[in-house]
Amino acid sequence: MAQKEPGGDLRLVDVTKRFGIFTAVDELTLTVPQGTFFALLGASGCGKTTTLRMVAGLEEPTSGQVFLGEQDITRLRPYRRPVNTVFQSYALFPHLDIAENVAFGLRRRGLRNVAGQVEQMLALVQLDGYGPRRPGQLSGGQQQRVALARALINHPQVLLLDEPLGALDLKLRRQMQIELKRIQTEVGITFVHVTHDQEEAMTMADTVAVMNAGRIEQLGAPAELYDYPATAFVANFLGQSNLLAGDAAGTSAGDVPVQVHGARFTVPAERARAVRGPVHLGVRPEKLHLVGSVEAVPTGSQHLAGVVTDASYTGVSTQYLVRTDWGTELTVFAANSGGSTPVPVGTPVVAHWRAEHAFLLPREPGESDRTTGLVDEPAAVGAPT
Amino acid sequence: MTLLARVPANPAPVAPLRRGRYPLLPYLLLLPGAAWLLVFFGLPLVQLAATSLYDPAGSLATGYAMTWAVDNYPAALQAYWPQFSRSFLYAGIATVLALLMGYPLAYAIALKAGRWKNLLLVCVIAPMFTSFLVRTLAWKTILSDNGWLVGLLRDVHLLDADGRLLATPVAVVLGLTYNFLPFLVLPLYASLERLDYRLLEAASDLYASPVGAFRRVTLPLSMPGLIAGTLLFFIPASGDYINAELLGTPNEYMIGNVIDSAFLVRLDYPQGAALSFLLMAAVLAVVFVYLRRAGTEEVL
Repeated sequence: MAQKEPGGDLRLVDVTKRFGIFTAVDELTLTVPQGTFFALLGASGCGKTTTLRMVAGLEEPTSGQVFLGEQDITRLRPYRRPVNTVFQSYALFPHLDIAENVAFGLRRRGLRNVAGQVEQMLALVQLDGYGPRRPGQLSGGQQQRVALARALINHPQVLLLDEPLGALDLKLRRQMQIELKRIQTEVGITFVHVTHDQEEAMTMADTVAVMNAGRIEQLGAPAELYDYPATAFVANFLGQSNLLAGDAAGTSAGDVPVQVHGARFTVPAERARAVRGPVHLGVRPEKLHLVGSVEAVPTGSQHLAGVVTDASYTGVSTQYLVRTDWGTELTVFAANSGGSTPVPVGTPVVAHWRAEHAFLLPREPGESDRTTGLVDEPAAVGAPT
Repeated sequence: MTLLARVPANPAPVAPLRRGRYPLLPYLLLLPGAAWLLVFFGLPLVQLAATSLYDPAGSLATGYAMTWAVDNYPAALQAYWPQFSRSFLYAGIATVLALLMGYPLAYAIALKAGRWKNLLLVCVIAPMFTSFLVRTLAWKTILSDNGWLVGLLRDVHLLDADGRLLATPVAVVLGLTYNFLPFLVLPLYASLERLDYRLLEAASDLYASPVGAFRRVTLPLSMPGLIAGTLLFFIPASGDYINAELLGTPNEYMIGNVIDSAFLVRLDYPQGAALSFLLMAAVLAVVFVYLRRAGTEEVL
């Protein structure tokens, strides 16, 4: 609790980082309120780790400033910042035992009686009694928890997590996600978590910032981002979307009419990021429902005819591809909640959705439909490293 | 909390010993080296041990009688005690000097040299392409009374007007330092090169200043290389006689010079053999104490 002070929001103002001619982070401005769990989500190479390293002090911004509370920490050496990092590689000291690894930060700050705190911290991460072991004797998951304990014991104002779960297998990763969230709630420290796993970001974080090419595409609560994405990138990075190219003709009576490949649809004005000109009409696959004929479409729903070209059963849902008249394949997720019969491939169907479930995004002129066309869930974009 | 308790610790996989179709193959592969070692090291060592116990009254002309003359040892030690201690003193000082020069050098090559790394390594090894003797003779020229170095030092009054470098302990220690430096730098480089810079970032993130990170992370992790390097330096340096011979006077003679003269000049074989064993024992004792103090179980 050494350097705790109220109002310690983390703020990045116009931060740019260039490596030679490559701009890793491009005029990024961001505020992370104190005590929140914040996730930086993006594919590899999007600048999220560079952003994290600038907060840690391991990289110096080319321009811009980093504030912690009122203090400008842009040029502060890493060892002078009340910020600690859980590294992707864990970076445990191989020549020190677990207890000394955890005590490292306290000792460097001149604390002598650390045994009690170390024990407490090892208990917090479920590693009681592992103190005398060496890092090499621990499994990946255990090493990950040591790295967490080693950072947390210093009670930093901000804890930075650089893909800390990337090297763990799926089951362990899920457990650690819950565990990290619990620890964050318990200690109340600001967590900034970098990940390429959209599911991980959505499960854990209060606020998610989706990064692309050194910039933030959208920032908000996970549900907000998923429900009403700001860009085509976010719409397809965070889950899947069917984005159909269309043209909007301005608002009329609270709705935006859209012309899509000859068909007319409407979207409520409050769900339109663009109301005129080229747009993408977006609908999430699980918001689409399949029926046999136009007569079966509930009143008030929008609909589109097509033919089922692929169906794959994933247990919790069945994922269909439906080819429209103009050849684009829509992805449709049908929940296997009982009562629905599987639709065989080749069946003519009508896909329908409620207008308030669709959204409109601005589209570059000439850009066509954007559908993932994959029946399986894109688990992670970008290779886990 | 309870979730994690159920995560089992991954037991380290034990690689099964490979029992191929040729179980004797490893021993066959050992054979040439082992035979070489036996014929050219093991047997001569036994012969040397026997020689050290011959009757010192004999000579090459009259032949030596095996009298188990254990007295050869204390006698040799008593006669050449100053050369013994001088050997370890000079080799010790040279080791410290070499470490002071070699550590920053190895550190710079391993961590800071970038694309110059290989070129710098070649520079470290390059002197080895000329003979040890030639290099030491070159030092004789450099340190000579008429050389530019002595002239310069006299001009800036670091040396008296008649002060000299050649034929002094300084010259011998400098020669030792120079000649064995690569043996210290190379192992040190190898261990620093393996150092994961992310550990230094982690140390820095955990409040270690650059000096603190060096003391707590870099230095301990380079310890195996440092120990191997200082041993590879100290052991040949303490047995060396060329540097004292060419750069010093009999006042700077080390134990190597005494052994050299016992075998080749005075033809006192039992004494030379006894001194050789004493040197071996002394070096082993120094190494043993050093390793115990340095506390790295990895080396031994």
